[in-house]
Order: sequence, then structure tokens, then C-alpha cells
Amino acid sequence: MKNDAFISIRNVNKYFGSFQAIDNVNMDIGEGEFFSLLGASGCGKTTLLRMLAGFESTSDGEILIDGQPSADVPPHHRPVNMVFQSYAIFPHLNVADNIAYGLRKHKLSKAQKQEMVDEMLELIKLPGYGKRKANELSGGQRQRIALARALILKPKVLLLDEPLGALDKQLREQMQLELRALQRQVGITFVFVTHDQEEALTLSDRIAVMSGGKVLQVDTPEGLYEAPKTREVASFIGNMNFFQGTVRRNGSSEAAIETQGLGSIPISLEKVTKPDGAPVQVALRPEKFELLEEEPTGGHFVSAKMDKTAYLGERSHYYVTLDGKSEPVAVSSTNQFVARDDARWKEGEPVWLSWSPEAVVVLDAD
Amino acid sequence: MADTSLSPAEARQSAERIKTSWFSALLYRSEALRGYLLMSPTILILTIGIIIPFFILVAMSLWTRDGFGFDTTLTMANYARTWEEPIFGALLQRSFWISGVATVATILVCYPMAYYVAFHVHKNKMMWIILMTLPFWTSYLLRVFAWKVILGYEGVINSGFMSLGLIEAPLEFLLYSQTAVIITLAHAWAASAILPMYVSLEKIDKSLLEAATDLGDGPVARFLRITLPLSMPGIIAASFLIFIPTTGDYITPALLGGPDGAMIGNFIQLQFGPVNNWPMGATLSIVLMLWISAIALVFLFVTKKAQDKIA
Amino acid sequence: MSARGDTGTYIKRPNRPLQIYAVIFLIVLYVPVLFIPMFSFNDSIYVRFPLQGFTLQWYAELWSRDAVWAALFNSVKVGAVVAAISTILGVVAARAITRYRIPGKSALVTFIMMPLVIPGIIFGVALLVLLSRMGVPLSLYTVTLGHLIVCLPFAVATLLPRFEGFDPSMEEASADLGENGWWTFWRVTFPMVFPGVVASLLLTFTISFDEFIMAFFLTGTDATLPMYIWGQLRFPQEFPSVLALSSLILFISFILVFIAQRVGRMGLEDA
Repeated sequence: MKNDAFISIRNVNKYFGSFQAIDNVNMDIGEGEFFSLLGASGCGKTTLLRMLAGFESTSDGEILIDGQPSADVPPHHRPVNMVFQSYAIFPHLNVADNIAYGLRKHKLSKAQKQEMVDEMLELIKLPGYGKRKANELSGGQRQRIALARALILKPKVLLLDEPLGALDKQLREQMQLELRALQRQVGITFVFVTHDQEEALTLSDRIAVMSGGKVLQVDTPEGLYEAPKTREVASFIGNMNFFQGTVRRNGSSEAAIETQGLGSIPISLEKVTKPDGAPVQVALRPEKFELLEEEPTGGHFVSAKMDKTAYLGERSHYYVTLDGKSEPVAVSSTNQFVARDDARWKEGEPVWLSWSPEAVVVLDAD
Repeated sequence: MADTSLSPAEARQSAERIKTSWFSALLYRSEALRGYLLMSPTILILTIGIIIPFFILVAMSLWTRDGFGFDTTLTMANYARTWEEPIFGALLQRSFWISGVATVATILVCYPMAYYVAFHVHKNKMMWIILMTLPFWTSYLLRVFAWKVILGYEGVINSGFMSLGLIEAPLEFLLYSQTAVIITLAHAWAASAILPMYVSLEKIDKSLLEAATDLGDGPVARFLRITLPLSMPGIIAASFLIFIPTTGDYITPALLGGPDGAMIGNFIQLQFGPVNNWPMGATLSIVLMLWISAIALVFLFVTKKAQDKIA
Repeated sequence: MSARGDTGTYIKRPNRPLQIYAVIFLIVLYVPVLFIPMFSFNDSIYVRFPLQGFTLQWYAELWSRDAVWAALFNSVKVGAVVAAISTILGVVAARAITRYRIPGKSALVTFIMMPLVIPGIIFGVALLVLLSRMGVPLSLYTVTLGHLIVCLPFAVATLLPRFEGFDPSMEEASADLGENGWWTFWRVTFPMVFPGVVASLLLTFTISFDEFIMAFFLTGTDATLPMYIWGQLRFPQEFPSVLALSSLILFISFILVFIAQRVGRMGLEDA
């Protein structure tokens, strides 16, 4: 997977009337990457996708696809193909004609087209379906036909607009794996729009988290999860605990953050660049905490009280209250080695909370 | 994957910069421009057929007849005449009266039908709708003519009743009267009334009626408190769809109205025909439109007030 | 009208009086028009009861009249042109209305639909005034223009639901797969709105064919069929042949409109 910027989005804004749908977005997408646009409804991800496809023009800024500015290039001239959210399968054509739709311009012989269509049908695991009426197929099958119809044209980029949204959970999970495998096999850049963070984390090489028309962070799944750059990103993906704090520096050799609730946490110098006395926030994922019955002898710990517990089968969620912090801290631990009859935490019990400073994420104060 | 590559032409094209003319680029960027371009022939027809004629009509209404030509000095003389000479006012009043009665009659007669199809027909609803509205799409002239045949001095009703011995002499009041016009208008425009009322009734959420039943309402109460108010928009729409076109109707009063049943439409036609006073004809048309608008506004205002009170 | 148990909605109970009313309504709606064919076969120059016997002479007589054939051809010519143009404009307008954000769209739609509400005489008179000021002589062309104004709203009204019920991503998909506007229209849009196109053609043809008031004001020397009939109405002895001609016209109109309605509603949810 090379990382020359195959698609470059530079300073792009988009207005619909007075409403700003896209706010100064900058992004690079590499060739052969599985790139996701993740965000809630209305964050602008679909608008951005449509701008890549050519269905919306930019108000400012430019988009380069494979080095070429796409500004005045209409959708039918772009080396880009899209899988629509509704699949947009043509009801008046059968499966084979649907898949071969875009080949009309390419002046191939009937035999050549037939061969390509059959190949595609194999690829999407629907061999022999050519003559079927497109209307008679299930949602999952139509989605695959939409994929085949796009891929047969060998686009440089495939855009997917929430393609799995209409499928039920099991089918969706199965299709996720198939899509990933397909992308690896075909080697094309995929730009994938979704509001489902789990889906994005599963499929993507990199993810762009969007909100309110802006890009909050572009990173790998691990990067987004373990090292979110803002509170918004941190709480968008998974759950997060936040602690207010102040930076304490001892010359330039050591740094720590004085937090409300967790005491003083030493921080490596790369993670914090602010001067002494600056306010910051510290964030920790629920699973980075450990709950202990007795005061530990080493490491970082603080005393707490168990407030609520929730049993979720595979794991349990605990909420503990600390001195110095108004909201309870969420702690999550698996029940991996917990047997049914083992003692459980009781509400109101005193507990000890332990964590590692390396798992701490430093963010700007609100 | 086998290597069935795209044709050389396509490969070449993708390698080149894709150039588009400035016009295509402009079209691509501006959705409004594309829309207007698509609509342009329609807009052209509308301009030639409606907008410009309307302006010229207004202009002509301010002119006066001068022999076989027009005195184009702008004057409100024609309008003054319509106000002062009683015949115009009387004719307008009669036209609105006839249309009004026809509208009310049609709505009263058609509402139960619309109700029936909306609530009591479960199979072949489409067939019923087509049957109800079919006559409306066919020749208005012929449907009016049919009533002339029925109501005539020796027409269907008279000759039928006479040969059955029900009456001895033909009923004179049937034809060439206001009644004839009203009956014909009601019949001819029935289909126009049914559709909006049907649509409005059909849209009523049936669970509302079930809820009302659950809360203790009998069928009459349900109808008065839920069905009728909710179908009001349809009734209002139907009223407009009958009243407005019929006030200016020419064919019906011309064929069946006689002197008693003459309406403003006849008079307008006279101005453009034998009387040859085109400016006056234009003025009457504008006056008719103004009155229609006024009545429509008042009607809307009143019904809005009534609806606000109910809601 | 007894209350049954809770079998679905309460409305399942049949309402006998209402049913009878509905049937009578339909009868009353159609019967007046049916008198025309009835008397067109009547062997008498007088249109009255009792019926005198069956004859086809009135129809036969029509066959030999040149004026009838001329008027028929005129009506067909005008009707065909009006149907074609108004349907084309209707397709284009319906597409623009449903697909594009155009400033002033609702004003445009209101203008298009005006002939449905405003008395026809006003349009006829207005156009007459315009044409005479422009020095354009009255002819079948002017009648065509008048009919266009009247038929356009029907074309748009027929086609609008077709375009509205049509997933816009279809056309986008076609563009995405490489087809420009023209090809997208013929390969995707047209096949999908085709029933609406057929319905619009039939409906607008029939409306133009039957239309009287615009023709009345805008006709030159060539008469359309309704104008011919109007001319004949002043001669009572012509009544039977007028009835025969009217019967034929009504028959054709009913069939065309019926087909138009069936085709037009094909594939749409209860429209």
C-alpha cells in the first residue's frame, strides 16, 4: 500500500445556500487504501463523497484525483465509480445488463462483455445469475451487483455510500469481511462512508472522523482509539473517561499532570508540550483501569467506591466514584476468567483503581 | 482476474487531461442554470401563451373602441362602465350565484360518493376512481349537449314523461333557464369535485377513527368530529376547482341558458363577436378575474378562521 | 347494519344505503351521456321519446360529408402535434421540477397549472388579443398554441408522479458509470417513466381533440371537429347526425382516456 496522495482534498468548502456543509476539509487518500469517512448523520461525509464522485461541486478549494484537478469534470468522465446507498439497480434490466451497463462506451464485442460479466459474477459469488431480473433479488444480492457493476469498469477509486446500512446484523458482518477481502484482492482505493464506528474500525486502513462539516482527525483505527486528538474524537469512538488537570513541569526533564481525581500522573515529554500551569484534560479508556480489592503495593492507584455495576455477559461495566471528580469513572473488564459463582463487586464497596500512565491520553482542556 | 482491458481509446482518454468547454463547466457547476435550461421551452410557451397575452389584455382593457380600430389613450372608461351600468353587475352577480349553487350542489352530491370509495371500497379502488373521473376528460361540449337533449322542449324528459302519460304538456322551465345551467354545471363538474375530496378522505389515518370509537364516539359523532374536519382541505379544494372555472363558463349558458341563464362568459364572447368591443371584453375578463380572486381570498380567510376555531 | 366482532377496522361493516347511493351516482353520471348514442340510432329526425326504430343512416351520412372528414383530419393533426409537444415539454418540466433546486420553482409550477383553474374563456380571449395585435392570422396553428396551454398542465400532472416515484440515484448511477445526460435519459430515465409518457400522449391528444373553447376563439377557416359540431347545432334537422358524430367522438375519447388512466397508474402506488 503506497501512500502517495492519490486523492488530494485541499481547503474544500461547500455551501448549500447559507448552510455550510463542508468546512475547510483537507485530506489525502493513498492509492490502494481502504479509507473510511466516519461521522454521525449530517456531518458532511456523504456530501464529501458526492464531491469525489462529481455530483456536487466544491464552493472553494480543489480536489485532485490521480493528480488531475476534478473541478469541471462531470461524473461520467471521472475514473471513479460509486456504490449508492439504495444500490440504484436498474429495475428494467436483468442482472447481466446491469453489470455490463457502463461497458457500452467501450466498444467491446458481445463475447468480451459476456466474459467480463461472468468474471464479475464469480467475483461476487453469484455465478449464473446473469439472466435474472434485477428486481427479484434480495438486498444483499443487489448490493453485490451494485459492486460488480462498478468494479467491472476498473475504476481507480471506488466510493461506497453506507452500502451495508440496509442489511441485518449478521449479513452486514459477513459482507464487511467480504468487502475487505475484495478490496485486498482488487487492490483499488476504497472510500467508504459510514456512521457505524465498529464498521469503520473493522474495515479501514485509515479513518477520517467528521463532525459538523469538519474533519476532526485522520488516523489508523489504532491511532484513533488509543491516541485521539480531541475530546470529540475520543468520545465518538468507544467510551472515554475525562479528568481535568494542570501541567506541572520540573525544569525540562520531567513533566506531570496534576489531575482532579487521579492525583499526579507522570507524563513522558513527547505527550505534553504545554508550559507549566497550563490546563489540560487527561483521558483513559474504561478497559485501561484495573479494579483491586486491596491497596496495591506499586504503580499508580487511587481509592474509590463502587457505585453501579452492569453485567453484559462477555464483560461487565463498573462505575466508581472518586474524590475530586463529580462524575463516576467508567471501568470495563472482561469476564474472561470469572466463573459464575465467583464473588462480584458490590455497590457501595470500597475498591482500588489502578492504571498505567502509558495508557493516558493528553488532550487540550475544554 | 483475466486481463480484458479497456479499449485503447478509453485508455488514452483516461491518460489525457479531460477538457470541458466553459459552457459545460458552467452548466456543471450551477444546478439552477441546468434547471432553467431544461424548463426553457416550457417557460417560453408560458410566456407567449399566458404572460404576454395577459399584459396585452390589461392594456386593451384600458383602451376604447374607435370605429373598427382602437383608441389607445389609456382610460378607465370601461371599468367605470362596468361599475355604473347595472347590467354588468347583475350579470356578474348571476354568474357567481349560478356557480355558487352548482358548487354547493356538486359537493353535497359528490361527497358521499368520495366517502364511499375511500372507506368502503377495498378491491379495485383504481377502477372506481377511473370510472368516477373518466367523463371529465372527454368533450365538455358534448356532455353539455347531452343535457340539452335531455332537458329540451321535446327532449328526453319531456317526451319520456309524456309518452308515459305522466304529464300532458312539456315542462317549459327545464331548458333555457338558470336551473338548466345549474344542473348541467353540477353534472359536468362532478368528477372534478370527487377527486380532491377522495384524496383528502383517503389520507385520513384510520387509526384516528378507531381511537375515537374506543373513546366512546358513535358513527355520527365520529363523522362530525373527525372525518369531516379532516376532509375539509379536500372540500375546499373541490370548491375552488368547480367554482372558479364555472363562473366564466361559456358553453353551458350559451347552449342551455337562454336569456335568463346568461352568464358573464356569454357577455364577454359577445364583445369579441357581434358587439365588436374588444376593449370592453378585455375589461370584463379582468373584472371577472379580480372578482374571482376576491371571492377566493374571502373564502380562504373565512375557512381558515373556522378551522382555527375548531382546532 | 349489524356490528360484527373486531374483524379489522370498524369500517368493514357494509353500509347499504351508501352502496345504493354509489351505484345510483354512477348511473346518473353516465346515463345523460348515454342518451346521445341511444338517439343516434333512432330512426327519426326528432330527438325525443318514443324511439322510432333502429337505423344506421345517420352514421352513413357522416361518411359522405367532406366537411366532417376535413374537420376530423384537422382535429387529429392538431391533437397529434399538441400531444407530442406537450408530452415532451411535460417530461422535461417534470424532470426539472423533481430533480433540480430552482429558484422560483413554485411560481413556475403555479403558472403551468393555471389553465386547470382559471376559466378557459380568459385564456382564449387573451391569446386572441395578443395574436391580433401581432397581426398573426387565426388558423390551426393558433388553435394548436391555445391547446398547448390547456394541455400542458395535464401532461405535467401525469408525469410528475412518475418522476417523483423514481429514485434519483438511478440517474446518478448511470452518470457515474460513464453515460452523459443524453444517454442517461434514453437508457434509464425514459424506460422508467414510459407508462407516464404513453398516458400523457393519450390524455393530451384526447383533451385537444375534444377541446372547444380555445378553438372557438382561435380558429381561422379550418374547423376542428368540435367547431364543426358547434356550427351544426343551429340546424335542428342536423341533430341526429350531430348525435352520431358525437357518439363516435365520445366512444373514442372514453377508450383513449381509459387506456391512458390504466397505463398511467401502472406501477405507481395507489395514485
